[in-house]
Amino acid sequence: MNRRVVITGQGAINALGHSAAATMQAMAEGRCGIGPLEIRDVERLQIGIAGQVKGYDEAEHFGRQELVLFDRFTQFALLAAREAMAQSGLDVAANDPTRTGVVLGTSGGGLQTQDENYRLVYEEGKNRVHPFVVPRLMNNAATSHVSMAYGAQGPSFTVATACASSNHAMGLAFHFIRSGMVDSMLTGGSESMLVFGGIKAWEGLRVMSKDGCRPFSATRNGMVQGEGAAVFVFEELEHARARGAEIIAEVIGFAMSSDASDIVMPSRDGAARAIAGALKDAKLNPSDVGYINAHGTGTAANDKTECGAVRDVFGAAADKLMISSTKSMHGHLIGGTGAVELLACIMALRDGVIAPTIGYEEPDPECNLDVVPNEARQAKVDVAISNAFAFGGMNAVLALRRAP
Amino acid sequence: MAVNVKDKIVEIIAEQAILQPSDVAMDATLEDLGVDSLGLVEAIFAIEEAFDIQVPFNANDPTESDFDVSNIGAMIKAVETLVAAKG
Repeated sequence: MNRRVVITGQGAINALGHSAAATMQAMAEGRCGIGPLEIRDVERLQIGIAGQVKGYDEAEHFGRQELVLFDRFTQFALLAAREAMAQSGLDVAANDPTRTGVVLGTSGGGLQTQDENYRLVYEEGKNRVHPFVVPRLMNNAATSHVSMAYGAQGPSFTVATACASSNHAMGLAFHFIRSGMVDSMLTGGSESMLVFGGIKAWEGLRVMSKDGCRPFSATRNGMVQGEGAAVFVFEELEHARARGAEIIAEVIGFAMSSDASDIVMPSRDGAARAIAGALKDAKLNPSDVGYINAHGTGTAANDKTECGAVRDVFGAAADKLMISSTKSMHGHLIGGTGAVELLACIMALRDGVIAPTIGYEEPDPECNLDVVPNEARQAKVDVAISNAFAFGGMNAVLALRRAP
Repeated sequence: MAVNVKDKIVEIIAEQAILQPSDVAMDATLEDLGVDSLGLVEAIFAIEEAFDIQVPFNANDPTESDFDVSNIGAMIKAVETLVAAKG
């Protein structure tokens, strides 16, 4: 059996826009979505910036009975899924609904709900909370609500591998279709960690920047957090063709690895094994890859390790490819980041537009690759890969090809 | 009465290094003592709590921070300055 997997729908909401198209447009313009963080008690935080979803009114999208059950991370997932399903035209009920599943990534789950309710009981001394706190905050809430919205009865669960959650989720969705277990999947990831407790925790690690995300630039000083979601419809090629669906791109490879070394410091070897594994799974030569969407967090530890790993895997071909970090624009969406970043790969393959690494000020000799500094570029790309390297040393790399 | 800065910092570093305070030399580096990057971040948190100060330290690039962590003596001096500035 030689089943191929394609993408037939995409949806997103994040600091760059409230749809996949708006996100890509912003990426193509090199626009920065990072700005002042607007949350309760922000004055008690040392970090005052984030890639926050602005101009968003939940009541415009959901009814009161829904909102009592939907944490912000669930809302983002549902909106992205809605857009992806509308584009795809997939009707789950028209086929065997057990052959469509949902696998989404998130790291923190319903953190808004958790933060608000901890505040109520600890700070305000209340002894009663809303009855739906548990179903709102659980990590699989977004996946469950997406599954219910479309009647997808196949394999469905949530993946939580910190910053690699979305890539692990999408990689598994790819495997499920390729193996014949299912015919279509809704997959991607969602995160909404921009709450007082969430940012306070990150401050403690001292890896956050107070002024911006400048991946690969010698002047970088840390990461900036974002929020949002992206969801895709993955579908078996013949299944998509049979119903005349528009094919956006093909997913051709996936690999995972574990550093098995340190809980926060990344390993060059672990990253390289995941990248090399994805190329092998997709039967690619290094010179086939035109674009890499980098993990590119803007921390010294990540950026140097990642560039080293790319050199290890690609050898001389490393100097011919383009690699950019769109986190410079939308921030680090943690468990949702790989999903939003897949849009940059799709834009490269489908539109021939390479998203830039903005905020790039000064070369770093340890990151001496073509990082597409500051301005998007037109280029024909046949194959793109997307890197995600999580805290805890868990790595997941996807490979995509232009639509057949 | 202010806490003795030197003794407190030696105690914090010794705890991270799993050593007796008497084994923490002023010219020792964190590396000499076996304190890694996570240990340093935790030690700085303990220092901030002990002296009620903000230590300007970015784990992203420790050598570029305004806080000198080149050896234990330098860290003590830096903390003494921060404590004095607090008034």
